[in-house]
Amino acid sequence: MSDSTDDPTGGPTDDPRAEATADGGTGAGAGPPRRARLRIWRGDGPSGRLTDYTVDAHEGEVVLDLIHRVQATLAPDLAVRWNCKAGKCGSCSAEINGRPRLLCMTRMSLFAPDEVLTVTPMRTFPVIRDLVTDVGFNYAKAREIPAFVPPRGLGPGEYRMSQEDVARSQEFRKCIECFLCQDVCHVVRDHEENKESFAGPRFLMRAAELDTHPLDAAGERGLDRARDAQKEHGLGFCNITKCCTEVCPESIRITDNALIPLKERAVDRAYDPLVWLGSRIRRRRRDD
Amino acid sequence: MATETAPNAPASRAAIGARHLRTDRWWLAPAATALALLTFIGYASWRAFSDADYYAAPYVSPFYSPCLAEACEPMRGGPNWALVGEWWPLSPALVILVFPLGFRMTCYYYRKAYYRSFWASPPACGVAEPHRSYSGERRFPLILNNAHRYFFYASAVIACVLTYDTVLGFRDEEYAWGHMGVGTLLFLVNIVLVWAYTLSCHSCRHAMGGRLRNFSRHPVRYRLWTWVSRLTGRHMALAWASLISLGLCDLYVYLLATDVISDPRLF
Repeated sequence: MSDSTDDPTGGPTDDPRAEATADGGTGAGAGPPRRARLRIWRGDGPSGRLTDYTVDAHEGEVVLDLIHRVQATLAPDLAVRWNCKAGKCGSCSAEINGRPRLLCMTRMSLFAPDEVLTVTPMRTFPVIRDLVTDVGFNYAKAREIPAFVPPRGLGPGEYRMSQEDVARSQEFRKCIECFLCQDVCHVVRDHEENKESFAGPRFLMRAAELDTHPLDAAGERGLDRARDAQKEHGLGFCNITKCCTEVCPESIRITDNALIPLKERAVDRAYDPLVWLGSRIRRRRRDD
Repeated sequence: MATETAPNAPASRAAIGARHLRTDRWWLAPAATALALLTFIGYASWRAFSDADYYAAPYVSPFYSPCLAEACEPMRGGPNWALVGEWWPLSPALVILVFPLGFRMTCYYYRKAYYRSFWASPPACGVAEPHRSYSGERRFPLILNNAHRYFFYASAVIACVLTYDTVLGFRDEEYAWGHMGVGTLLFLVNIVLVWAYTLSCHSCRHAMGGRLRNFSRHPVRYRLWTWVSRLTGRHMALAWASLISLGLCDLYVYLLATDVISDPRLF
C-alpha cells in the first residue's frame, strides 16, 4: 500500500511512489497537464490517515479522473466506489476539502491550480477502506418507510394521473441515492446517537413523495405518513438549515419541497386544531 | 492541518479530528448574517422602546402600526385604536411588534439563519457543531416554531394595516388627498416587499394548496399554490429586502419627526 506510514497523527505522509511523477492517462484536454496535489484518506476508520499524492491533471478532468490516475500509477490498492462517471449512479460520493460531493461531477477547474485537494470518505458513515464507506444505515432506514400502497380496484397499467398531481413527487424521483444529503445532515453527522431515531433527509423526502402521491392509498390502510414522519422518523430533528439541498447533485429542493411541506402536514395533524376539526368533520361526512 | 484522531469519534468512522476540512471562507455567511441581524435588532429595539418620533403626518412608522394603546399619538384617519388603556406603561410598539417578530422568529428562512449564525447548529455545511447533544425542534422552546402559521395569519392582518398606511401616504401634511412625497414612494416599495415576503411564506404556500393531494381537482388552489411557490423560491431575498425596507421606513419617519429632513413633495 502506498500509505505505508506510521504517522500516528494521521497527518500527511511522504509516499515515495506518490511523489514520483504520475501520468497514467492520456490527457483529456488540449493544454499541457498541471501537477495536482491530493491528500487522500487511506486505511480504515480508526487507524487510517491522509496520504499525499501528486499526479498530472489535464484540462477538463474531474476529481475522479485523478483518483483513478493515483490508482493506476501510485496506489493500485486504493479503494474507491464508482460506476457511471456521469453523476447518475450515486456511487462516488466522498468529501473534497470537507464538502460532500460526487467525485465524478467535481471538475478540477473548480479549484485553484496550487490548491491541495483533501479527499476523504463520507464522514457520517463507517469506513470500509480508503474512500469506501458502509452506507447500510441508509438501506435500514429505507426499509422503515412503508412502501407505496396501491389503490383498491386498480391493477398495474390502470393508473391514471394528471401531470400537475405527480409533478411534486416526480422531483423527488430524481434522487440518485448518493446519500450526500444524509452525510451532510448535522443531525447524524455530528450526533451518532441520533441515527436510531432519525431517518435523514433522503428518507423524509421519500415519505413526502408518498404522502403527496395522488394514488397512494396508505390512509385507507390506517397509515398516516406525515404523522409517522414526525413520530417514527424524527422529522422534528430537522432544523431546516438546508445543507441537504446545498449538496444535492440533482438540485432537488429537498428542504423547500419535501421537508417543510412535510413539517406543515405534521403541524396540520398535531398542532392545528382547526385543520384537525375540519378533517374530522369531513371524515365523518364521508363515513356517513 | 489537524488530523489527529478524534477522541469521541465512533470507532468505525474516519477518525478525522479536525472539526472540518473546508478551505473556503465558510464563516463569512454566518458572520455576515449575525452582524446584519444584530444591527437590525439593536436599531428596532431602540425605536420600539423609545415611544417617540413615530408619526410625521401623513406617515406612521411601521413599527407602531396599528397603534393600539391609549397613549398613541393622534393620527387623523390613521390606524390607532385604543384597545389597550393608559395602564399600559410601555411603548405601544411592543403591543403589536410581537406578531411580526413572532412571524420572523418562526419563519423557515430565519430559522436557518439564526440556527447557523447564532447557535452554530451547524455553522455551515460540513462544519461540526460545538454542542454535545442535539434534539432539534422536538422540545420546548424550539417546538414553538410549529406555530408559524398562526403568526402568518396575524402578520397578514398587519400587512393589511400597513397597506392602509401606505394609502394614507397619498396625503400631504395638511391631510389633503391627492399628493405624493418621497416617503409615499418609500412606503409603496415597503408594502410591496412586505406583502411579497408574507405571501412567500411556506405556511402560506401550504394553506394555498400544499395540503392537497390532487391538484387537478382544485384548479384555483393549484394556480394559487403555483404563484406562491414562485415567491417561496425567493423567500430569503424577500425576508432581507422587507426587513431593510421596514427599517428604512421607520428611519425616514424618525428623521421627519425630528425635523432632520423634510419630505420632498412630488405633487
